[in-house]
Amino acid sequence: MAAETAKGSALLGEQEVRNVAKLARLELRPDEIVRMAGELSAIVGYVQKLAELDTSDVPPTAHVRLARSPLRDDAPLPCLSHDDALAEAPRVAHDGFAVPAFVDD
Amino acid sequence: MQSWLDRPIADIAAAVTRGDVSAEEVTRASLAAIETKDPALRAFLTVSSETAIAQARAVDAKRLRGEKLGKLAGVPVALKDALCTRGVPTTCASKILARGERGWHPPYDATVVARLKAADAVLPGKANMDEFAMGSSTENSAYFPTQNPWDRSRSPGGSSGGSAVAVAARMTAGALGSDTGGSIRQPAAFTNVVGVKPTYGRVSRFGLVAFASSLDQIGPFAADVRGAARILEAIAGHDANDATSLTDPVGAYEAACDKSPRGIRIGVPEEYFAEGLDPDVAASVRAAIDELGRAGCTIRPIKLPHTSYAVATYYVVATAEASSNLARFDGVRFGLRIEPPRGALTDMYGQTRDAGFGDEVKRRIMLGTYVLSAGYYDAYYLKAQRVRTLIRRDFEQAFAEVDVIATPTSPVPPFRLGERLNDPLSMYLADVYTLPASLAGLPALSLPCAPVPARDDRPALPVGLQLMAAPLDEERLFTAAAAFEKVSPARDLAAR
Repeated sequence: MAAETAKGSALLGEQEVRNVAKLARLELRPDEIVRMAGELSAIVGYVQKLAELDTSDVPPTAHVRLARSPLRDDAPLPCLSHDDALAEAPRVAHDGFAVPAFVDD
Repeated sequence: MQSWLDRPIADIAAAVTRGDVSAEEVTRASLAAIETKDPALRAFLTVSSETAIAQARAVDAKRLRGEKLGKLAGVPVALKDALCTRGVPTTCASKILARGERGWHPPYDATVVARLKAADAVLPGKANMDEFAMGSSTENSAYFPTQNPWDRSRSPGGSSGGSAVAVAARMTAGALGSDTGGSIRQPAAFTNVVGVKPTYGRVSRFGLVAFASSLDQIGPFAADVRGAARILEAIAGHDANDATSLTDPVGAYEAACDKSPRGIRIGVPEEYFAEGLDPDVAASVRAAIDELGRAGCTIRPIKLPHTSYAVATYYVVATAEASSNLARFDGVRFGLRIEPPRGALTDMYGQTRDAGFGDEVKRRIMLGTYVLSAGYYDAYYLKAQRVRTLIRRDFEQAFAEVDVIATPTSPVPPFRLGERLNDPLSMYLADVYTLPASLAGLPALSLPCAPVPARDDRPALPVGLQLMAAPLDEERLFTAAAAFEKVSPARDLAAR
């Protein structure tokens, strides 16, 4: 298991912090990356306490009380107006949210 | 002269309903108290005086027309600034929702806000909090920390610290907070007020800025148990806008405050009185449990063997959910945007989020992203979900034998501002007694018990007694809490 692999290493190095930051869409400054590596390693080290427990026969709990998911009637209801939805947008163009040009990377 | 804000919520509402005092007078008393006390305490991020006066006048006009007033007629209630309010800015104590000096103006009211208005409450302002409710001290607010009125060098707890202080300093009669891992109960304990985290799903979260969706729950603060029960009755119940809100009928919480506690079986888990518990806090809580015994409850020891795994479980589950929930703050549709010249879309995301989020929020997004990432998902996230099942089962077994579980709310009295800020793990460990009920979705409340005695280096400080019950058994919690409140040494103690 990955926890076993992680246990022997330095937990989170700076390169790993950079990778996670990229996944999290956080452009961290160099000083933040150094600090984060130390802080996250301490927290992840503490969390490894969970490995003490044998949970092989224990089902996971994702949610405490959703035995049934109530569905409402499939009926159209009024929603936010177009103007209300755009009212807080940092930049609007062509009646929509404007963003910088992008291509899939 | 005694202020209206020193009276219990039920008395204020009754006086407004009878016309002994106008809602406007009560509201002006609340706004005056905020003006006098809040420059030092800093419990409020936004004070909406004009809106509050207009709400109060509408309540008074309704009475003059002979219409029946709601159960919170003219009662000033502060709102944690994670709750959306149409026409009043909402910050979540974060810079990412603000553009320049302009705060974010939500296009709708949270369901709980609409329900308070429907009950004729008055809403004077938005209370300070840890940014995105992430913290246990209100020091993670991007704006300023809030001070504890019992000792201004100390934290009021968090994350709903502003809401707790608004009530503790009698600036408002009630308040709403949100509790993901103790964010209502711990600040209630630190400031000598009553704070209730209802059963998961009991109160609609529509319009609450989401932190960890399998844990978040909105609940009330009040100076007395009955006041908290009354607010909960007003806000609880199914809401078609929140698919996790329960359809079960809302209990008679206020009536439960008048019931005899005789025969309620109270369990005392040894794991909550172990190493790390301040001896003065322990003595206060044990004395409170003895009083419940004298009131006719039966007291017995129980075991909750997986308690010591709750902090680790919580900080995996909650951060994983937060990393997903906070993905919406990307600079596209609302709030802050940093758009570098000739930058790509991903540069805008990264720079907006780096500039807009504070340190603790970034830490939790990073931790959550890490535990969900390929290679670590099974070892951390899935593992924590399995341990969460063990913690739930502990409670299921305990509630086969007892009705209510009594513990300290916090292992320590209010700590000093700055004391734990640079040690995230020590801050997380402060939540050790409140996290298990959150993970199991149980109703739980904190109410004042005997303060820890003054010492050379500090005044007497508040202590909270935590009571937990089985899902949807809020009524029994209120019965036990009201019974202890009658004899509590902390009764009628208010911060100056």
